[in-house]
Amino acid sequence: MKVLSFDPELCVGCHICEETCSDTWFKVTDPAKSSIRIHDDGEGSSPSPILGRGVGGEGLLSAAFCNQCGACIAVCPTAALYRDKNGIVRIRKKQCVGCLSCVGFCPYLVMFYHPDQVEPFKCIACGKCADDCPADALAIVEVEAPASPQ
Amino acid sequence: MSEKTTPRRILAEYTYQAPPVERGYAGQTLYVNLSDHTINARPVTGVMKDKFIGGRGFGLWLLWHGVKDDTQWNDPENEIVISSGPCGGITQYPGSGKSLVVSISPLTNVVIDSNVGGHFGPLLKFAGWDAIEVQGKADEDVIVVIDGPAGRITIEEAPDVPVDTYLLGHWLIEHMAEKEEDLYFISSVSAGPGAEHTRIGCLNFSLYDRRRKALRFKQAGRGGIGTVFRDKRVKALVVKSGPVRGDSNHPADGERITRVGAKLHKEIHDYDDKQCRMRRRGTAYLVQIMNDYDLLPVHNFRFGSHVDTPKINGDVWEQRFTQGLPDGCWYGCTLGCSHTVEGYTLRTGPHQGQQVLVDGPEYETIAGVGSNCGIFDPEAIMEINFYCDAYGIDTISFGTGTAFLMECYEAGVLDRQKTGGLDFRFGNAGAAIQLLHQMGRGEGFGQIAGLGIRRMKEYFVREFGADPQFLQDIGMEAKGLEYSEYVPKESLAQQGGYGLTNKGPQHDEAWLIFMDQVSNLLPTFEAKAEALHYFPMWRTWFGLCGFCKLPWNDIVPPDNAQTAEPAKIPEHVQNYVELFSGVTGREITKEDIIAMSEGVYNFQRVFNIRLGYGRRDHDDIPYRSMGPVTVEEYESRADRYDKQLRETLGLDPARMSTQDKVAALRKYREEQYEKLKDAVYARRGWTNDAVPTVETLQRLGIDFPEVVAVVQRYL
Repeated sequence: MKVLSFDPELCVGCHICEETCSDTWFKVTDPAKSSIRIHDDGEGSSPSPILGRGVGGEGLLSAAFCNQCGACIAVCPTAALYRDKNGIVRIRKKQCVGCLSCVGFCPYLVMFYHPDQVEPFKCIACGKCADDCPADALAIVEVEAPASPQ
Repeated sequence: MSEKTTPRRILAEYTYQAPPVERGYAGQTLYVNLSDHTINARPVTGVMKDKFIGGRGFGLWLLWHGVKDDTQWNDPENEIVISSGPCGGITQYPGSGKSLVVSISPLTNVVIDSNVGGHFGPLLKFAGWDAIEVQGKADEDVIVVIDGPAGRITIEEAPDVPVDTYLLGHWLIEHMAEKEEDLYFISSVSAGPGAEHTRIGCLNFSLYDRRRKALRFKQAGRGGIGTVFRDKRVKALVVKSGPVRGDSNHPADGERITRVGAKLHKEIHDYDDKQCRMRRRGTAYLVQIMNDYDLLPVHNFRFGSHVDTPKINGDVWEQRFTQGLPDGCWYGCTLGCSHTVEGYTLRTGPHQGQQVLVDGPEYETIAGVGSNCGIFDPEAIMEINFYCDAYGIDTISFGTGTAFLMECYEAGVLDRQKTGGLDFRFGNAGAAIQLLHQMGRGEGFGQIAGLGIRRMKEYFVREFGADPQFLQDIGMEAKGLEYSEYVPKESLAQQGGYGLTNKGPQHDEAWLIFMDQVSNLLPTFEAKAEALHYFPMWRTWFGLCGFCKLPWNDIVPPDNAQTAEPAKIPEHVQNYVELFSGVTGREITKEDIIAMSEGVYNFQRVFNIRLGYGRRDHDDIPYRSMGPVTVEEYESRADRYDKQLRETLGLDPARMSTQDKVAALRKYREEQYEKLKDAVYARRGWTNDAVPTVETLQRLGIDFPEVVAVVQRYL
C-alpha cells in the first residue's frame, strides 16, 4: 500500500505542507485544518512506526500525520471508518455522527477535528503535500499493508 | 425490513412539522391521551427551562400538572413521561444519551424516576419533542408512533405479536424500517408480559447496534414503570427521526463541547485499562471489589462476601463479553459499559434452545440475581437477565425480592406447600428461573413474588401468620422499592444514601460507602449531612440534562487524588460546566449545578408529600440495612460489632449473650440513624418532619402557590 512518509533530516520547517493540505481539502489556508502538522520542537507524535522513520529527534522537526494503522476503525460506533481497497483508512462522512471517539483513541493523535466541521479528518495519503514540499522531506512510498488490517 | 407494514387501524392521528432543535431544546413536549385520543403539542416554557432543565425535571413538572393529590398508579390520569434533557443527544462526550422516565409507582405510590440508555430520548428530541407525556388508558392494546420525518403521530391498534420485548422489538424494527439506514434512527419503548402480571415491570429502550447489526435493549428498571405502561395497554412507543449528526443538538458553542469530549475520550483511552476496565468488563468490575470490601450482598444482604464470588466476577464476564466493539448505549460513549454476551443458548422458557444476544449482565444484575440469591452460576445469571428483559421485569427488584423469599424459606416462613412446590433454598437457580417464568405467565407463586417485598410481607403475615417484625427487619425495601445491590450495614452515611431519598433505596442519589466506611472522610453528622446534600444534588443533575453518571467517576484524571476534593472529581465537574454552557448558551458555574438540582429535588419531595408520603417516617429503613438482624449475622462480623460495643458504647461484650449484643447494637444504630435524619433534614432546609420550608422553596425559586400550599399543611 502507498502511504505518506517523512524525513526529518530533510524538513526545513516551512509548513507549506500544512497549507497545501488545508487548501486541498478545505479550500482555505489554515494549518488547523491540515491533516499533517509539522512540530518544530522535536516533540511531535511519531507518525510512522510502520516505516521506522519520521520520528522527531533532538534538534529535528517532526511531522504528525496518519500512518493508516486503523486503530480508529474499531472504536467507530457507526462503521463510518473503514479501510479502502488501497489500504487507506477513510471516513464515510454521511455515516459519521461526529462523536470524535476516533480522535481520542488515535494512538498517534493524528485524527484531527475543527469546529467548522462535525466530522473529523485525517491524512489519506493523497500526496499533494509531497508534491509541494520544497525540501523533498515528504514522499508517497510503498509499504506492506498492516499485518492485521482492521 | 421484510414486507411492507401491514396496515393497522389508526385510532388517532396528529400532524406536525418537527421544529429545529436549538441549543439542546426542541421547545415543545408531546402530550398523548390514550383514553380520549387527544394528541397535542405543549410549549416548553421559560420556567421549565430555568427551574426544571429537562429530563427528570420536565417529567416531574408535567406529571405534577397531570395528576391529582389522590392519584394512584393505575388511575388513568397517572402519566409516563420520558425526557432526555438539553445535553441528551450530543455525540462528543461519553454518556450523553440518557432518558429519564417519571411516573407514579405501583411499588411506592409516589413518584419514581428511572434512568435508561438506548436511543429513544435523543431521537424523540430530534423528532421534535423534548418529552413525551402519556396519559389515560387505552381500551385495547395500542402502539404510539412518532414519525419525525413524516411529521405524523399516530395511536394505532397494536400488532398481533407477543408483548415479549424480544419478539415485539424485532417485529417493530422489521416493520417500521423500509431500508437498513432507517434502522439507525428508530427506537422503541416496550415492556413485556411480566410487567402485566407484577408490580416490578421495567421498560426496554431499544438501540440499533450498527456494528453488530443487532437490536439491543437498555432498561428503565426501577419502580414498576413497565407495570404502569402495560396497565395503560401500551404495547410500544416508537420514534423515528432523521439522521443523527454531530450537531443535531445544535449547541450554542460546539467548540467547547468537542474540546472536552475529545479530552475525555483520550483520558479513557489512556487510563481505563489501568483503572476500572469498563471497556472490557463494564460495571461487572465492581463484583470483586464489593466482595473484597465486604459490601457485596450475599444471601439477602446478610453477608458481604462469599468464597464463590470469583465464579461471577469481572474476570469471568470479560471472557463472556464480546471484546473490541464500541459498546456505548448512545453514540460516542467510549467508556462503553453496555456489553453483551453473544450466542447464548437459552436453557429454559418459551425461547428455549434459541441463541440470543444477552444485554448485560451489569453489576446490579450479577449481585441481585446472583450473589444475593446465593447463585454463583454465570449461566443462570444470563438466563435470568435475558428473561427479565424479555418479560419486562426489573432485575434489581427481582433479585432482591427473590433473596427475601429465599431467606423466608430457610427461616421457615415459607415451605414447598406455600410456594407451590418451589424449593427456595439459597443457591437454587432452578427455582429462581421457574419463579421468573411464572411471573411471565402470571401464574403460581410468581404472582405473589411479583407484588414486591412490601406487599409480600403483608401477604405472608396475613396468609401464613408470619412474624411481621422479622419480615420488616429482613425485607430489603424502603418506601416500597427494593434495595439496589450494596450492603450499607457498616456505613451510616450510605444508610442515609438509601433511606433519605425521594424515590427509594437506589444508589443513584448517593454512594458514600468508601468515603464513609473505608476512608473515614465523613466522621461527623455534619460531614455526613453535607455529603447527603452535595452528592444527591450532584447526581440528580445528570438526570436533568441527559447525562450518564458513569463517565463522571468510573474514569478519573490521573492527578485526581491530588486535588482538594477527589471524591467530587473536580476536573470532570468542570467538564460538565463546559458542556451545559456550551449546549444551552446559559453560562453556569459548578455551584449552579447544585442549585439547579436542589430546585428539582425539593420539588420532588413536595410532590411526594402532596401524594401523602415523603415525610420523616417514610424515610425509615429495615434494620437489615443498618446492622445484624440475626445471631448468625452478628457472629459473622463479631470482631467489628464487639469493638463498637466496647469502644463506642462502653459495654463488655465478653459478658453478654449474642442476643443481648444484637439488641444493644441495634438500639445504638437505630438512634444514630434518627440523628442522621435530623442533621440531613437541617442541611437540606427541611423541617424535622422532612418537609421543605417555605424559605427553602423561596430560596430555590420553586415557591409556586400550589407547591407552597402543599408544605403549609405540615408546617
